[in-house]
Amino acid sequence: MKKNVLLLFAVTLTLFACKDVDEEEVVNPNRNVTFNFTQNWESEEITNPDYQTTEYTNANGEVLTISRLRYLISDITFTDEEGDSTVIKGYNLVNAREGTNLQYKPSKKIPEGTYDLSFTFGFDEEDNIDGAYEDLTAASWGVPEQLGGGYHFMQMEGTFIDSNDSQAPYLYHTIRAADMTEEGLLLEDTSFEISLGTVTVKEDASFEIKMDVSEWYKNPNRWDLNVLNTNLMMNFEAQKMMSENGKTVFSLGEETTVEE
Amino acid sequence: MIYFKKIQTIFLVTACCLFIASCSSDKGSNPEEEGYEPTPLDLKVPVLFQQTISSPVIPEDNPQTVEGVALGKKLFFDPILSGDNTLACAGCHAPEEAFSDSRQFSPGIDGIEGRRNSMPLFNLAWNYKENFFWDGRVNSIEKQALEPVIDPVEMHNTWPNAISNIQSTSAYPELFSKAFGTTTIDSTLVSKAIAQFVRTLISGNSRYDQFLRGEIELTEAEQNGLEVYVDEERGDCFHCHGTPPNDLLWTDNDFHNNGLDEIFDDLGRGAATGDPREFGLFKTPSLRNLAYTAPYMHDGRFETLEEVIDHYSEGLVYSETIDPLMKAVGDGGVQLTKQDKQDLKAFLLSLSDESFINNPDFQKP
Repeated sequence: MKKNVLLLFAVTLTLFACKDVDEEEVVNPNRNVTFNFTQNWESEEITNPDYQTTEYTNANGEVLTISRLRYLISDITFTDEEGDSTVIKGYNLVNAREGTNLQYKPSKKIPEGTYDLSFTFGFDEEDNIDGAYEDLTAASWGVPEQLGGGYHFMQMEGTFIDSNDSQAPYLYHTIRAADMTEEGLLLEDTSFEISLGTVTVKEDASFEIKMDVSEWYKNPNRWDLNVLNTNLMMNFEAQKMMSENGKTVFSLGEETTVEE
Repeated sequence: MIYFKKIQTIFLVTACCLFIASCSSDKGSNPEEEGYEPTPLDLKVPVLFQQTISSPVIPEDNPQTVEGVALGKKLFFDPILSGDNTLACAGCHAPEEAFSDSRQFSPGIDGIEGRRNSMPLFNLAWNYKENFFWDGRVNSIEKQALEPVIDPVEMHNTWPNAISNIQSTSAYPELFSKAFGTTTIDSTLVSKAIAQFVRTLISGNSRYDQFLRGEIELTEAEQNGLEVYVDEERGDCFHCHGTPPNDLLWTDNDFHNNGLDEIFDDLGRGAATGDPREFGLFKTPSLRNLAYTAPYMHDGRFETLEEVIDHYSEGLVYSETIDPLMKAVGDGGVQLTKQDKQDLKAFLLSLSDESFINNPDFQKP
């Protein structure tokens, strides 16, 4: 008799548990999410033919072209109304000129609902591990140990017309800031979190993440390419300024749903 | 009695198993029998490569096999592929020169020279973007192997003629049968075999590799040279040639205009793509084995490493497509001191791998 009661109890518990799970899935089914990365200069879309050819004028009045633009984002996070976060652990290295990884489809699914969407530009300290990611190493994305190790966050390169009216190169490379002090390298995390605002995951959701390249030169530090153009990886203060400027670079673009 | 019955049963079962196993083995080892498969062969990937970089690229339709590599090696060293049976692949890709050519331009069978320096062949399985030749015009080692045979300034042959010659030999049909299960030879199988051999040409045992493995110490000059290599204000070599100690290929496998010429007589990558933005760009060569791969640059214009270093230090010239990484072009280069130049050279030579050029597996059979 005791055995029967226990069995009945167990079966009941199981049924209730199953019902809970099913209801959860019916109410908030898990959905694929897709991220599309686009680049623009003050709303003017930048596409492959623009590289090396289209001239842009930055906030400081310098005329420049872009020859290369690669950047890395990591740990996209969905935070629900209760403040619970679902982190998509991982990273995506966008090569804007070559058009690779412009679309990022993580394998992790997100339950339907309303969330604050955010991500990390670059790698935070926990993830910025020297030599840890074979594909990034193969993509020549590493930073020498002597400059702090780990990986680049962005490589934006091109030329500008300098104050002598000559064409000059710039290498706007962002990394973890490293200060060469007498005691050795002093490292400062210059990755940062970007909050894109509220999104709704309904069906299979697709989110556009826009980069306004002009913002790298604008806010809060008006960038003077005549002063800061190359050798910026080893420039501790420049790295911190670039990090500050990056916080207004990204925004949420088109939000769509796609059929599964 | 029961004891003996058990022994009898065990003996019978063992005998059956052995018989079945031996039948199965016979079936797989004879190319003429149905179900024949050549013997799989793993690449000998250096431990440091395994730890730091992605896996080598091996196409699904051309897996490495013992028989395929052996055949590819024989073909690589055999002048039978050339129009007059005088020039083998190894004629312009010599093992002792890290499979490059010490001549600026390699002459073909008619004595006509090409216009680019013969590229060294090693670690090509780690060319993840799979753009081969100085201009990246083909996207697999197999396709690369097809071109020199019919290039009029190289082997100056036709594929039908080359295949006819190979097919008519006594040895090759059987070797193709062992490698690919058929005695009917074609250019695709020839290129597959050569590609399999080329993928085995792995170099990962330089002094710097030994240093990373904790086996030796770098000299002071080599250590200083490494500092020049990674210093943004001095060498800044790592943006194109890889970041030590993790990126051990010493090339980004990408294309750059490194400030050699104001006007191009060879459009390089741009000729392959038709994109004017890529005029004058060439593949970044690996810095491994520089001790054996002179002369340097796509056209072999520099005979010594000193000349190469001088180029980046004082010899850069501007052109429209020059890479922004040639950041000191306005000053002619990064202006290294004499000491920095010597140390950088010492470091670069520490990337040469004597065991690679002397590897018996890579010598003429």
